[in-house]
Amino acid sequence: MENFEPVIVAFCCHYCAYTAADMAGSQRLAYPANVKIIRVPCSSKVDALHLVKAFEKGADGVYVAGCLEGDCHFKNGNMRAARLVESVQKYLEEIGIERERLEMVMMSAGMGYRFAQVATEMTEKIRKLGPSSIHVALVGRESTLQPAGII
Amino acid sequence: MITAERKPLEELIEYIKPFKRLLLVGCNECVTVCAAGGRKEVGLLASGLHMAMLKSGTNIEIHEHTLERQCDPEYIDELVPMIDSVDAVMSMACGCGVQEIARRFKGKPVFPAVNTKFMGASERQGVWSERCQGCGDCLLGKTGGVCPIARCAKQLMNGPCGGSTGGHCEIGEDVDCAWALIWERLKELGQEDRFVEITPAKDWRPGGGAGPRKIIREDLAE
Ligand code: SF4
Ligand code: SF4
Repeated sequence: MENFEPVIVAFCCHYCAYTAADMAGSQRLAYPANVKIIRVPCSSKVDALHLVKAFEKGADGVYVAGCLEGDCHFKNGNMRAARLVESVQKYLEEIGIERERLEMVMMSAGMGYRFAQVATEMTEKIRKLGPSSIHVALVGRESTLQPAGII
Repeated sequence: MITAERKPLEELIEYIKPFKRLLLVGCNECVTVCAAGGRKEVGLLASGLHMAMLKSGTNIEIHEHTLERQCDPEYIDELVPMIDSVDAVMSMACGCGVQEIARRFKGKPVFPAVNTKFMGASERQGVWSERCQGCGDCLLGKTGGVCPIARCAKQLMNGPCGGSTGGHCEIGEDVDCAWALIWERLKELGQEDRFVEITPAKDWRPGGGAGPRKIIREDLAE
């Protein structure tokens, strides 16, 4: 895959990271267009299925962005999300996908700069890792067989 | 409930390698509650298997279906319209469910996706512990409601053994001594005298010692 542009999915909590993304926008902070944001009511709303399905559909990297420790709008959703991410990382390894492709990050609603920084760092990290083996297989299949639904 | 845990993906991939179309069947009962083989786990496993096969250059078609109960033939019938379009079945139910599918569909290979563990209860969110071994002659009425068969490492009928220390079993600090629990409970009930009664050796025939067990309810059986 020449000119590889990673596809990254970011599940962002409405009360922090999503607002931080807004903040980054109003502060005119640039962050890579590779990051596709999905707004969730709390980081703990993200299910293992959402994360695994993102990779199945060809994402090269995924992260869940929740509130800072102790700041969750729903008490401890962010810590539950962190535990979920850890368990899905193990599952990804079983499947043969590098665990670094999935991450949990935390930030507050006011951290527009951090949002842009995380998006940039994640994109750079995944760019270095290269396309996920699933993304490669889907593209390969697309060119030989029928179109595959790559996000 | 009956508890189970998913088998390692590697083992499951070996099972399905020769096939192109797989039916992955979950169960809505015990394995859903212990998060091993319900609808969600079926989705996760289908996704994982699909990706692992894609990586190895094969494309497998996986159909997902979760039955209300896999240990009753009435529910297994639901799979009839799907069975001809697949080469094999993988079940996420306990061993009973897997065997019911095997019994119903003679010509289809059936594989277990989980290791069935034990009859247990949920201690707290995400933690299940063994509580009963189905010995066929329940002693709980004499032991203060704590089972020495499932919860004592030596299945002692008259415990504790010399290894009981500070409420823990000698096999590990994280294991309660069943007989310490029994003693505490009998004390609470004011039934300490029960503790000095000697219980004779257990008759294991109702507990599987006389071969596979069966219940026949004359009023219900057809
Ligand atoms: S005494 Fe037997 S039936 Fe009763 S809980 Fe223990 S193993 Fe189960
Ligand atoms: S320490 Fe208690 S539970 Fe462990 S084997 Fe001895 S009597 Fe049984």
